[in-house]
Amino acid sequence: MSKKRNIAATLGTLPMYLFTIVFVLGPLFLMLALSFFQVDGWSYKAVFTLENYISAFSGTYLQTLTTSLKLALISTVFVILLGYPFGLCTSFLSPRMQKFIMTSQMIPYWVNSLLRLYGWIIIFRANGLLDKILMGLRITDEPLKLLYTYPAVVVGMIYVLIPFMFASVYQVAGRLDYSLIEAARDLGASRTKAFLSVTLPLTLPGLKTGIVHTFIPSMGLFFIADILGGNKIVLTGSLINDLLTKAHNQPLAAALATILMALTGAICILLLRKPEHERQ
Amino acid sequence: MKDNKLHIIRKKRGFFKVIYPILMTVLTYLPILMVVIYSFNGSRISSVWSGFSLKWYSQLFRDDAIFEALGNSLILALASSLIAAVIATSAALFIGRAKLPFKWAVEKMSLAPLIIPEIILGMVFLAFFSLLGLPFGMISLIIAHTAFCIPYVYNQVKARLEVMDNTAVEAARDLGASPMKAFLTVTLPMLMPAIVSGMFLSFAMSFDDVIISIFVTGVDVNTLPIIVYTSLKTGVTPKINAICTLMLGVTVICYVIAGIIGRKTKDKK
Repeated sequence: MSKKRNIAATLGTLPMYLFTIVFVLGPLFLMLALSFFQVDGWSYKAVFTLENYISAFSGTYLQTLTTSLKLALISTVFVILLGYPFGLCTSFLSPRMQKFIMTSQMIPYWVNSLLRLYGWIIIFRANGLLDKILMGLRITDEPLKLLYTYPAVVVGMIYVLIPFMFASVYQVAGRLDYSLIEAARDLGASRTKAFLSVTLPLTLPGLKTGIVHTFIPSMGLFFIADILGGNKIVLTGSLINDLLTKAHNQPLAAALATILMALTGAICILLLRKPEHERQ
Repeated sequence: MKDNKLHIIRKKRGFFKVIYPILMTVLTYLPILMVVIYSFNGSRISSVWSGFSLKWYSQLFRDDAIFEALGNSLILALASSLIAAVIATSAALFIGRAKLPFKWAVEKMSLAPLIIPEIILGMVFLAFFSLLGLPFGMISLIIAHTAFCIPYVYNQVKARLEVMDNTAVEAARDLGASPMKAFLTVTLPMLMPAIVSGMFLSFAMSFDDVIISIFVTGVDVNTLPIIVYTSLKTGVTPKINAICTLMLGVTVICYVIAGIIGRKTKDKK
């Protein structure tokens, strides 16, 4: 009886097990292998070489990697500063308002994310909405020409990534026991103190998941830089894209991808690792 | 900056707590509103506003390529979220008792697509599928999308299983229900909300995906995001604005209807 159930359980798990081995592990292993292969015209030879990594860590490629990392870090910091209070404040609202904000954060998912970025093009364009408002209020005298600049790209990144932070923080903050905050306040803690010693530690898991879900995609979202940054800001993502579609240099693209994955992986492990005193 | 923010929260706390989420929501919709407005723009060049016009809508309905892409996107999202739902739910239910080598390591790997940048997933699928000689098109798209949909369903179902009360299932078994019957009448209905919300997330992610799709699609299969991406690159988007406005409208209507139905069922109780 129990043996029969074990066989059934094995059969039930098998589809995902096999799918993962063939279509997740297989491709990732191929990427790792490719990154050590020699380039041969538009194809590759299965000959071991470190050349791809050497080129990946030199000149333009290294510079691009730093640019990508910098943009990802800047965007993540802004997403924390703007998204954390968003999730937290929403959890303070009345249930009805909470539901309204939640729903209104979900609806844009059904509008193509690229097109939402296009909306920012209309706003940032010289003499576009932003310029008209700023000039109308006499804050600036001439068009700012924000489109195709670094700040425009950062705004685009923040805009695409904030929903992830909002969802992660709100999910944890929504279950927060407010009597704890009140207790801290009753016992004489200032608001800052109550926030730092009660609210922040209790919502930290949400914040951490939020950072992971912001930082990882931000390393790969090259099309935002393409669309809002013109061709001025080149990220590792767009280099990989060009190497694959234009130069047909799969080994170098694989090396860059491996480095990118190692970087994001390391940062996530660092973030999600439990602090010393919590481990046991 | 952070100190500054805390300071604001403290000073105008009540006001800030209400106003801030609303402000963020307004900002979320600002660019979307621009797209909607410009879908009614008479001018072809989007930097010029030349009056209200419906001409892009009439042109849209004569454009078969866009509707074919929309159809492809719907088929793709539906197929991959359904396959992911079946595979992931079954695995979440049975993995504890399954006898497979390295099953927990493989479980971790199945969640990996969640934390791998899309560009990397796109490139590894491209390299892998061309190595296998798999034809690029709908099949390769469905495989790639299923791979990143599985984690969404699996996480939701697993989380639900952990908090689920097993007494109901045991009661059904004690009352003589076969394991299959107990599963179909007790476990599955209890898991349904988790499965549906996982599928919902998967569907949305698949429907919006552009990077992975570009890499694994063939020359003759386009999805809507791919069409949007190519038209954004060439800078001509009036028809795209129009179709996205229509889709937004449909979504809002669906949410409103769901809300009304939800309220009615609540009233009845």
